Amino acid sequence: MADYLHGIAVAAQGVPTTLIISLVAVLAGLIIGLFVAIAKMSKHRILRGIATVYVDVLRGTPLMVQVLILAYGLPQLLKSNFGFQFNWTHFIIVGFIACGINSSAYMAEIIRSGLQAVDIGQTEAARSLGMSSRMTMRYVIVPQAFKIIVPAMGNEFIALIKETSILSVVGIVEVTRQGTLWASSSFLSFQAYFGVAVIYLIMTLTLARLVSFVERRLAQSDRG
Amino acid sequence: MIEVKNLEKSFGKNHVLRGINETINEGEVVCIIGPSGSGKSTFLRCLNLLEQPTSGEVILDGEKINAPDRDIDKIREKLGMVFQNFNLFPHMSVLDNITMAPIKVKGQARGEAEAEARRLLDVVGLLDKAEAYPSSLSGGQKQRVAIARALAMKPEIMLFDEPTSALDPEMVGEVLAVMKQLAEDGMTMVIVTHEMGFAREVADRVLFIDGGVILEQGTPEEIFGNPQNERTQTFLSMVL
Repeated sequence: MADYLHGIAVAAQGVPTTLIISLVAVLAGLIIGLFVAIAKMSKHRILRGIATVYVDVLRGTPLMVQVLILAYGLPQLLKSNFGFQFNWTHFIIVGFIACGINSSAYMAEIIRSGLQAVDIGQTEAARSLGMSSRMTMRYVIVPQAFKIIVPAMGNEFIALIKETSILSVVGIVEVTRQGTLWASSSFLSFQAYFGVAVIYLIMTLTLARLVSFVERRLAQSDRG
Repeated sequence: MIEVKNLEKSFGKNHVLRGINETINEGEVVCIIGPSGSGKSTFLRCLNLLEQPTSGEVILDGEKINAPDRDIDKIREKLGMVFQNFNLFPHMSVLDNITMAPIKVKGQARGEAEAEARRLLDVVGLLDKAEAYPSSLSGGQKQRVAIARALAMKPEIMLFDEPTSALDPEMVGEVLAVMKQLAEDGMTMVIVTHEMGFAREVADRVLFIDGGVILEQGTPEEIFGNPQNERTQTFLSMVL
């Protein structure tokens, strides 16, 4: 029993790292994703094409491979092709970038569906008042779309928390890596990964509750 | 004031407007009637370029507005529009709905915009709803707010696209009363409507559109009292 509790305690030490990476990634994903979503709905074919390729590539390749390319592939490429000595000083930055960019592709699709769910009459009303398409987006469409996509965004955040476990392969000491380190020193693999599982479950379930709470609050303000 | 020359509009293979020529003068109230799908709303939406005409010209104050180099946003400031489904912004209070465009588009000071918004709300009889959100309003109240919102931009012309068609019958009157007041104050108005009684009472001129062309036009007395075209007669016999 003590071993199980110790496993949980060890895994818990990785929580701040896991949460900070997930949070930075989801915020970066939200901002980049907004622009990708707008590009994807653009009238310009080239812009639309670039956005489509961006989303397809990032959603069509595993996050693990994206992390490996960024963590090990990029420094090697810079060195052998450009003679540029580059090493990641803090691998956690790899985590921010890889997860943020990966998340932006999923976020772009969520945001696009949200923007398109806002009634076309809203755009027509804003444009008929002389507002530019940019103003219309900013003051009329985005605030309404945001409400629509909050639940999906919450789910993306929860998924991201689980996905960050992949970062353990490049040595970022988040929840999973904490468990692996203890497992290899104590040989108590089951207790170690059981603890890891418990910690992920606590994080995801807590967040799921939070998301449904926010969702209910937003629904209330709609009726107000 | 607004002149339309040989206006045509197609949606893919659907040829909706087939050559419309029309001039609307300052201070005139023009009602457009006709069967559903006849192109009435499309014609109205071409006037503020919510629909881009396929061919033909829309001329406002002597300037052709459907040319690629025209600042469409600037032109739309002159043309207020009221929609069948109100299209109020649900995430803003009534006051913010009205003041947003004057503040953001015209750069009006907030205080000045709010004073004007309250004056307009008073005109449409909803001063007590300034802080309310659209979802708490009835259909008739929403449409009156929508009219105030359009008026806040001080347009030269008001376009109404079936403003009472989405309303419960008991709320039609309050909206028509506001429109009638506006007409009496000398506003230039183009109104697509199914309210024949209102058209007869308020319009200076009535256009009957069918099949994408203006089949007949005249004073309300001429159109309702003595329609010349056979299709006008059939249509009116069905709706009156």
